[in-house]
Amino acid sequence: MGIDLPLIWAVIILFGVMMYVVMDGFDLGIGLLYPFVPAKADRDVMMNTVAPVWDGNETWLVLGGAGLFVAFPIAYAAILSAFYLPLIFMLVGLIFRGVAFEFRFKAPPARQPFWDRSFTGGSYTATFFQGVTLGAFLEGVPMRDGQAVAGSFSWLAPFPLFVGLGLIAAYALLGATWLVMKTESDLQQRMRELGLTLTWVLLLVIGVISIWTPLSQPAVAHKWFSWPNLLYFSPVPLLVLVSAALLRRSLARRGHDAVPFLLTLGLVFLGYSGLGISLWPHVIPPSVTIWQAAGPPQSLGFTLVGALLIVPMILGYTAWSYWVFRGKVRGDEGYH
Amino acid sequence: MDALFLARLQFAFTISFHIVFPALTIGLASYLAVLEALWLRTHRRVFLDLFHFWEKVFAVAFGMGVVSGLVMAYQFGTNWSGFSTFAGGVTGPLLTYEVLTAFFLEAGFLGVMLFGMQRVGPGLHFVATVMVAMGTLISATWILASNSWMQTPQGHAIIDGRIVPVDWLQVIFNPSFPYRLVHMVLAAYLATALLVVASAAWHLLRGRDHEGIRTMLAMGIGMLVLVAPLQAFVGDLHGLNTAQHQPAKLAALEGHWENRPGEAVPLILFGLPDMEAEQTRYAVEIPNLGSVLLTHSWDGQFPGLKEFPKADRPNSLVVFWSFRLMVGLGFLMIFMAAWGAWLFRGRRIYQARRYLRFALAMGPAGVVAMLAGWVTTEVGRQPWVVYGVMRTADAVSAHSAAQVGFTLTVFIVVYAFVFGAGTVYLLRIIARGPEVQESEPQGGAGRMRQPMRPLSGAPDRFDEPAAGAQEGVPHGH
Ligand code: HDD
Ligand code: HEM
Ligand code: HEM
Repeated sequence: MGIDLPLIWAVIILFGVMMYVVMDGFDLGIGLLYPFVPAKADRDVMMNTVAPVWDGNETWLVLGGAGLFVAFPIAYAAILSAFYLPLIFMLVGLIFRGVAFEFRFKAPPARQPFWDRSFTGGSYTATFFQGVTLGAFLEGVPMRDGQAVAGSFSWLAPFPLFVGLGLIAAYALLGATWLVMKTESDLQQRMRELGLTLTWVLLLVIGVISIWTPLSQPAVAHKWFSWPNLLYFSPVPLLVLVSAALLRRSLARRGHDAVPFLLTLGLVFLGYSGLGISLWPHVIPPSVTIWQAAGPPQSLGFTLVGALLIVPMILGYTAWSYWVFRGKVRGDEGYH
Repeated sequence: MDALFLARLQFAFTISFHIVFPALTIGLASYLAVLEALWLRTHRRVFLDLFHFWEKVFAVAFGMGVVSGLVMAYQFGTNWSGFSTFAGGVTGPLLTYEVLTAFFLEAGFLGVMLFGMQRVGPGLHFVATVMVAMGTLISATWILASNSWMQTPQGHAIIDGRIVPVDWLQVIFNPSFPYRLVHMVLAAYLATALLVVASAAWHLLRGRDHEGIRTMLAMGIGMLVLVAPLQAFVGDLHGLNTAQHQPAKLAALEGHWENRPGEAVPLILFGLPDMEAEQTRYAVEIPNLGSVLLTHSWDGQFPGLKEFPKADRPNSLVVFWSFRLMVGLGFLMIFMAAWGAWLFRGRRIYQARRYLRFALAMGPAGVVAMLAGWVTTEVGRQPWVVYGVMRTADAVSAHSAAQVGFTLTVFIVVYAFVFGAGTVYLLRIIARGPEVQESEPQGGAGRMRQPMRPLSGAPDRFDEPAAGAQEGVPHGH
């Protein structure tokens, strides 16, 4: 047997989506936090912390979609058409917040509040429907004859809607701690306070999801609670608690300003791997595995060569660009 | 209206919006790279001023290109799941390579290009600009490989009801790819050059005549002189290629129904192809010219539409006219280039109001011709989504007409509003024109190199010189 292409691709896609969640997570978080920061000068600063990087962050979403298209075309077709409406709403949200980066500074003053609202509204819409899609996906996509048979509104159920709200908390926390790192004085203080609250909310969300999924899906319960899996997986919830505690301490005590953001990344990563464990090895839960949905090996192999060569380069120049724009962003010095 | 028709309408609508912005960013990114190179070489202020001016236009267009592109990347799965499942083996990898080699490259260097001049210094900044320009061209290459493969598929096999790529070189370098790629990139350059010239003309007509405007005009017309005739030449080759590989499309383009034994084919200049009656009404013809253009012989013949089963005929009425619109505008561009070049002798052009008004009117012509070209290509491919391999009717997802109709309405409303506003902002930036001494010189030695302006590529409002600000201070050292 040669290399297990579907497995490698699953890892690449999981990595791409992970990159998306943390990176676009914090810049969507900026929009989610706008309602808590009314002052225009502060809002300018907030937006400016992400303006040079948001486009690159969003590109990971395109990579996730394209990767799924290559590696698991059946899953791409089934999942995207099963979650037609929430995905379209997500795209509309991303449109409104994406153009706001340019339009907000370009519009005549009377119009600017509108683009502020479009930035906020777009961020909430996109995040919420991403969460809804994720939740509906976790609940499973029943298949018949290679076609998804979910009704058009199967996502309109308590669990997906809850995950939608939960993701808002997660992204908002990412945004708040990002701003702790990138800003100073009053705005930073405000973000520390918000972060403290949001940590509780996120912990609650993770708790509810971890109880809800095994209760409603015996397969997931079996995966987590059978022996010896229980032993292997038990560090995940423990680490969640430890990082949440550390995060609250760092937010309250003001150590290095980057620490809360790094801990939040850790927290989100843990939550994400928890979901990964629940799903594995299905790409269309609960029935289709990554091997059953894989595209032709010629396609997977051809694209893998490029991915292995190019993704490290992408990481390299992305890191460089973050480094160029490192440091605190201030609002008061540009007016002279 | 059935779900299939609505899904096609939705695809046509969303991609028509999308393509306009990338076309401008492809052209503008290359233009910006040239302007910056000229500035670095000559240190003439005017090039830097123009660079900053067009950079703002670029930033707004790019933002709209990205969000409309995001919609495209998901549309294959949401609306065309039959197509994705069947042909994903070919189009998926091509799209992924586009993401890996182009989108990340653009996005990664865009921040530095727009906001990093004071932070990285001119040399590295130029590298960033060139990377962005390269990214746009690489992007066009992959997506056109994908589209061309759908037009002239080869290098694949069909195994278990799915397309499996067999020879990637054949897939990518399929017969229509080189023509389509060159034709499209030239179209993007033409559309941009026309925009640049129209902007210069607008300012000259309002009496704003300075070095920046004159440089814009000269560079734009220079580009037209080079590219407009070349585009007609490439378009002719493209047509011959279509005659060879998609004869039904070509017959529809020409409104050509049947051959009479031994007779040459005329060129129908105008007419109304009628799909029901199987004839072209009110045809205004030039004898023999059809044969000459398409077979390069005096009385050669090429297949007429009647030689194809009814179910395999594309809609001739649409492509006949969209094709003529594109070609007609192409000739107008050549005319505009020649007239402009002639007026440049003796520097009369800056006062030639009639010419300037014409140039202003031609501003959108590039975009219109490009859309007409795509309509020709795509409608002419029907009823196939992968030519001769998969029918469009088999490609569509199983959504109800109500659902697709609803999302289509959402897109129409959102696009009209968002991109309408964006276009207005874009035109306003252009209407303000390039400023002399637009940006501050760099901070001297020992000072932080930092932007003294807000982090938007299009920062300036119309009433105040600057708004909001950003400043970075490295910490630690
Ligand atoms: C500024 C834009 C522009 C201009 C001036 C022209 N075209 Fe064009 N044309 C395009 C923009 C375009 C395009 C958007 O780039 C298309 C659509 C898809 C493609 O490959 O190119 C196209 C398609 C297209 C096709 C269809 C190819 C197919 O079957 O797929 C033909 C035959 C031509 N063109 C021929 C011409 C000729 C003879 C021109 C002479 C003046 C011309 N075009 C000018
Ligand atoms: C169905 C077809 C298409 C899909 C799925 C698609 C997808 C996309 C996506 C997802 C983006 C955003 C990238 C980012 O996040 O930075 C984008 C931008 C872009 N696309 Fe497309 N695209 C399509 C057609 C085309 C065509 C026909 C061209 C040109 C020939 C083109 C050229 C570009 C360029 C140059 C960009 C980057 C610049 C910009 O955003 O303006 N695309 N496209
Ligand atoms: C960018 C300019 C483009 C324009 C203006 C355009 C226009 C259109 C139009 C008018 C249709 C509907 C044709 C009909 O149903 O009669 C269509 C369909 C379609 N096009 Fe394009 N197209 C463009 C580029 C592309 C590219 C780059 C791709 C793929 C890489 C593509 C793939 C498709 C697909 C999948 C459909 C739907 C199925 C079909 O009706 O053929 N198009 N396009």
